[in-house]
Amino acid sequence: MAEPLIRFEEVHFKYNAGTEREWAALQDITLEIYPGEFVAVLGHNGSGKSTLAKHCNALLIPSAGKVYVNGLDTSDETRVWEIRQQIGMVFQNPDNQLVATTVEEDVAFGPENLGIPSKEIQLRVDEALRAVGMEEYRLHSPHQLSGGQKQRVAIAGMISMRPQCIVLDEPTAMLDPVGRREVMETIHHLNKTENITIVHITHHMDEVIDADRVVIMAGGKIALQGTPKEVFSQIDLLRRLHLDVPQVTDLAHRLKRHGCSLPEGITKVDELVMHLCQ
Amino acid sequence: MSIRVENLSHIYNEGTPMARVALRDVSLTIEDGEFIGLIGHTGSGKSTLIQHFNGLLMPTEGKVYVDGVDLTHKETSLRAVRQKVGMVFQYPEHQLFGETVYEDVAFGPRNAGIDEEEVAQRVKEALEWVGLSYEALKDHSPFELSGGQKRRVAIAGVLAMRPAVLILDEPTAGLDPEGSAEILGKIHDLHRRRGTTVILVSHSMEDVARLCTRLIVMEHGGVVLDGTPKEVFSQVDRLREMGLGVPQVTEVMHELRSRGLPVQTDVLTLEEAEAELLRVLELRRHGTV
Repeated sequence: MAEPLIRFEEVHFKYNAGTEREWAALQDITLEIYPGEFVAVLGHNGSGKSTLAKHCNALLIPSAGKVYVNGLDTSDETRVWEIRQQIGMVFQNPDNQLVATTVEEDVAFGPENLGIPSKEIQLRVDEALRAVGMEEYRLHSPHQLSGGQKQRVAIAGMISMRPQCIVLDEPTAMLDPVGRREVMETIHHLNKTENITIVHITHHMDEVIDADRVVIMAGGKIALQGTPKEVFSQIDLLRRLHLDVPQVTDLAHRLKRHGCSLPEGITKVDELVMHLCQ
Repeated sequence: MSIRVENLSHIYNEGTPMARVALRDVSLTIEDGEFIGLIGHTGSGKSTLIQHFNGLLMPTEGKVYVDGVDLTHKETSLRAVRQKVGMVFQYPEHQLFGETVYEDVAFGPRNAGIDEEEVAQRVKEALEWVGLSYEALKDHSPFELSGGQKRRVAIAGVLAMRPAVLILDEPTAGLDPEGSAEILGKIHDLHRRRGTTVILVSHSMEDVARLCTRLIVMEHGGVVLDGTPKEVFSQVDRLREMGLGVPQVTEVMHELRSRGLPVQTDVLTLEEAEAELLRVLELRRHGTV
């Protein structure tokens, strides 16, 4: 197997360490994320999922343990910029991430800061806007865009840095269903066609169904991980963690309990319908 | 207390090049004690419509009556109307400002000129309605609370006015499933136990199917569907066309039916779907279908 792109080794993290408000947000996290993977991280507010995300590009440094990005230790201050060029980050609030007066300038902001020649920047901006399907909007002002479009521009801003991986910290939490769909389609597209590794943090169950791997966080620890099928077959554990499951998963589980022969971990309507019609 | 709108149209920036028709010729009545789910895409006119219900927006054309009182009449006291029709905006916690939870929730009733003893009573009651402990939290800064708690304090601020009608614009947006379920549970209680009329703007078909007595679906500034959840969700194709969809369990039943399994399709909740499927699968086992 390939070398992991991001490696967490027994990572602990405490907020306000040494004060009376000390709080252990991550406890003993060991996790590897491989190039080209689409990993979804799911959990409640306070489960540690955002803290985990911020460790991926040295926004936070472990209190104990290590995080490596392509073998670079994130606690080594001299490598921080290198790490952040490899791992881009997109946050929840679309209004807090866009800085320029046009979409184009916003996407160019990162590469300009890297001192890349302007011809090359043009090329990268074109490419990034195309990748997120926003090329028609290049001269628009970001504030005229919908929430989903703003997030796509924020993602384009990351792509123009040519990162290997994009970490998205609840990018859909403030969006309506259309915006959510746009963002989900965009990141799946980037993962498949550009081979960009995706770490998607969310509390929407329906957004993890198409991931390669799902990591479930609870109380600062990894409570469960596996393929969506494996994870959703643990419906009782998910319940105990107060996590929602898709209605079809729940329905299939109930029918199974009454003796219907159905496989574990059904997550889609078509899947359940197909099995029931057999 | 009923709300009635007649031939309501609203145009933003009328007479400018930026003019945009947000509502066109909407007529409807919301009766006392209903629990309405208002659904539709962003831009369909939902927010514009609800802002007419307490006079935050005035019609470009048409009339709005709250409890029989014409809001467009220039002698109508909008202040009095706003005490009866409480509005919880999206992300209401952004509007918290009090130094303490108590001060924040007390703001509305104090402004309404209610005496301090009664204000205290109402703050206590409102915090209880949203499931927060008065004793434990009244002296805390609202800014120290978790996201879900802040949201509940903001809702308590509206409840402290004891509105007869409560309008909530996506009250669970951005909350995790647990926080979301708690808030919806409290709103449901309020409707059931106090008889408060509730108008809930939501994007979750599962939530409105479970909670509401009536659904109003908007598209392009008009009402396109209006009826009980069963009636509205029977229009699967129409809803799909609009990109809105139906609860997942309803979709399962429709798919099964189209493949020849004789299930009832007017199923909206998990429990109903479970019972109906077990019934039909049992019949199939005996070879009767």
